[in-house]
Amino acid sequence: MGSGTGIGRVRGLGSAKHGAHHWLAQRYTAVGNLLLVLWLIFSLVSLPGLDYESVRNWIANPLVAVPLMLMLVSVFYHLRLGMQIMLEDYVHDKGLNFFCILLLNFYAIGGAAAGIFAIAKIAFMGAAS
Amino acid sequence: MARTKSRPLSPHLTIWKWGPHMAISILHRITGNGLATVGILGVVWWLLAAATGPEAYARFIACATSPIGYLVMIGISWFFFQHMMSGLRHFVLDLGAGYELNVNKTWSMVIPALSTLATVALWATIFSGKI
Repeated sequence: MGSGTGIGRVRGLGSAKHGAHHWLAQRYTAVGNLLLVLWLIFSLVSLPGLDYESVRNWIANPLVAVPLMLMLVSVFYHLRLGMQIMLEDYVHDKGLNFFCILLLNFYAIGGAAAGIFAIAKIAFMGAAS
Repeated sequence: MARTKSRPLSPHLTIWKWGPHMAISILHRITGNGLATVGILGVVWWLLAAATGPEAYARFIACATSPIGYLVMIGISWFFFQHMMSGLRHFVLDLGAGYELNVNKTWSMVIPALSTLATVALWATIFSGKI
């Protein structure tokens, strides 16, 4: 990065087809969330009940487990991008901002892993007896 | 820096008159961050409880069906519909449409009303049903 002129500072930071990646990924995951979260809400409302057995039996179905996992990936990816922008807007100290985004990455990846593990456990153990 | 410091800055937040388009913009951020924390953690808690066993699941249900639990769930569902619909508005704006002042203002006021209607419809369905 140049330290002199404006163009020198900008060079290397420009698009080159990568500049819009964050913006586009936020839109892709938004479409994913739109489909998958609406599916979750409609499914939950139409389930016979939300007791332990009904929920375990429902999640144990591969056609439920897979979209549920995809929903977690899409939601946590989307929130990681959105909260990054929020932190960049409000946390001005560079060091603190770095630390916050570090925590955000841990939160997004850790949260998604916990949820996906829970779904996998139910799916692989089969329906509740 | 090639820029001179004497150039004018764009006007600051404090001198703008508040309008619906500003309210919906900040609401998008508030609802997004609410869903990103309380909303999704509730879903992950539900999944972990179901994966852990009947006792853990019963504890989750006890919290979720307490008065505070219902308040949080109803609030989060409004957050979801609001964020979803204002996200759809962003897709339209991304296409370069909907920037005319009256169109922008209208949708900024219609969307919170629609998300409130969707929330009412959802919970009316739930409370009238078997859950």
